[in-house]
Amino acid sequence: MTSRHILLLGPLLLLLGAAYLVPFLGVMQWSVTLPEPGLGQYRTALTDPLVLGVIWRTLRICALVTVLSVAAAYVMTLVWVRGGPVARLVVELCILIPFWISVLTRAFGWLALLSNKGLVNGWLQTLGIISEPLTLVRNEFGVVLGMVHFLVPFAVFPLASSMRAVDERVLMAARGMGASRARIFWQIFVPMTKSGILGAVLLVFVFALGFFVTPAILGGGRSVMVAELIYLRIFQSPDWGLGAAISVILMIAVGALLALMLRQTKGAAR
Amino acid sequence: MSQAAEIGATGIGKMFGQFTALADITLTIARGEFLTLLGPSGSGKTTFLNVLSGFEPPTSGRLTLDGRYMTAMPPEVRGFGMVFQGYALFPHMSVEDNIAFPLKVQGRNAAEVKRRVAEMVEMVGLGGHGHKRPAGLSGGQQQRVALARALAYEPPVLLLDEPFSALDKNLRGQMQDEMRRIHRDTGTTFVFVTHDQEEALALSSRVAIFERGRLQQLAAPREVYERPANRFVAEFLGDINILPVSGGRIEGRAVETAAPNGDLAIRPEYMALSLTEPGQGNAIAATLQDLTYLGAETRLSLQTPGGVPLVLHQPTAALPAGLAPGAAVWASWAPERGFLL
Repeated sequence: MTSRHILLLGPLLLLLGAAYLVPFLGVMQWSVTLPEPGLGQYRTALTDPLVLGVIWRTLRICALVTVLSVAAAYVMTLVWVRGGPVARLVVELCILIPFWISVLTRAFGWLALLSNKGLVNGWLQTLGIISEPLTLVRNEFGVVLGMVHFLVPFAVFPLASSMRAVDERVLMAARGMGASRARIFWQIFVPMTKSGILGAVLLVFVFALGFFVTPAILGGGRSVMVAELIYLRIFQSPDWGLGAAISVILMIAVGALLALMLRQTKGAAR
Repeated sequence: MSQAAEIGATGIGKMFGQFTALADITLTIARGEFLTLLGPSGSGKTTFLNVLSGFEPPTSGRLTLDGRYMTAMPPEVRGFGMVFQGYALFPHMSVEDNIAFPLKVQGRNAAEVKRRVAEMVEMVGLGGHGHKRPAGLSGGQQQRVALARALAYEPPVLLLDEPFSALDKNLRGQMQDEMRRIHRDTGTTFVFVTHDQEEALALSSRVAIFERGRLQQLAAPREVYERPANRFVAEFLGDINILPVSGGRIEGRAVETAAPNGDLAIRPEYMALSLTEPGQGNAIAATLQDLTYLGAETRLSLQTPGGVPLVLHQPTAALPAGLAPGAAVWASWAPERGFLL
């Protein structure tokens, strides 16, 4: 890279530095200085049952969301890459349209559908299937549903590129040997798209870890996740040091996962 | 050893929209035979192979397997072994797992799978490579794995689609020898697609020559080469000289032929060169245009006074000294070496 290239990159580096690096260093500083210098806040973050509970819930929800999103995306991508022209178009719209709608709008949309007086409970009660409304939001169910809905399109792209790379003749070879469709799918196709699955899993999991809007709205304060906890510590209590320490822990976790993802994609490219 | 099968095709046709890929193909592939489907690209040979494998349903016609109806049978039921262009190995499996896959599909027990895999690895000369992934093997080795995988479950028929097209010339020769040996050892019916005429002549018991979706000739290699059914076959298989005969004469000179009129075809290696008019046999005067030295042989380009180009292949050692372009020469041949098209 010549010095001219670096000059062209300059504005971007400046922006990243001003908007991310400097604030992050500030947060790191808070985490070791507020309210007093030392690693006390990290000790609290890693021992306080409330914080640990939130971290555990975050990991649990993110794992569940990742499994569901990637599984749903796998089916969608399969139709997208290998289906007929009409099915392809439908899937393409299902992937594209969510990108045009803000995450906030979608979260409120789910509320309208799933709240106690929402459409779903209304229909079910009118049809006489239930007498009391089901609790579909303001709990983990709502959070998981909203997050999966948001994350499925992101999982589609790494899956699609790995599915497109599968040589049709390999599948024909398996079929010619008398293998059933199920066997070809599970023993040939899925292993051949492993790199895409890994990429999608990491992408979705990393995204999910930092989710704020969806859990905050659909969880209704009852299933707080890490990002919301950080927000509460900093904006609603004077506990900036603890909020900062949790932020740093989250940042390190995401960084480690991204490094893993990079290694995996390099491995798959070989 | 499972029984090798006989395949019958009657009036097979295949249309892709308005394009006729195959028209009225009728032939019988004998039990245990090595049949080559030969033709230029786009001639329909690969389409016919796909019809045989079951991946491409024919638009018309009927297929039989050992006399039983096979036309609508899906590929997984036909159970033919297949070797694809580019090998189509399972990239995430080791050599042994690739070969074991069809055996496991058939539900054979673990001990038998293991024994059979070891046998196949040995047969294709890949001992010591069994645990490697395909990506860690050379092209020739991958080809052997594909062959071993296709033959592991003793299919009644083995279909091969240009399996050697990605190999260099030396390796090709070596693999052709092995292919012949494996065909002999297994006794399976082989159907082999190629566009390489030498490969076709070297390997097969019979050659089926395709052109524009039609079967031009089906015969033993020697016969298609020495007695081609038509002009296309004659010209497709190597060099050939074609001289128009009318009234028992070529350019006014009386010749001995099977019929007094037609196009007389003679392979270059059956024509001899001399500086003086030969005393017996058929001959024609010509002018030497060019010589191409090919080592043991020399390729000579001639032209008759009537403007017909001729090609001769002569042993370099037997050429007259001082032969140069422009020389007046005679090309002669034994009457039985010429055939009318």
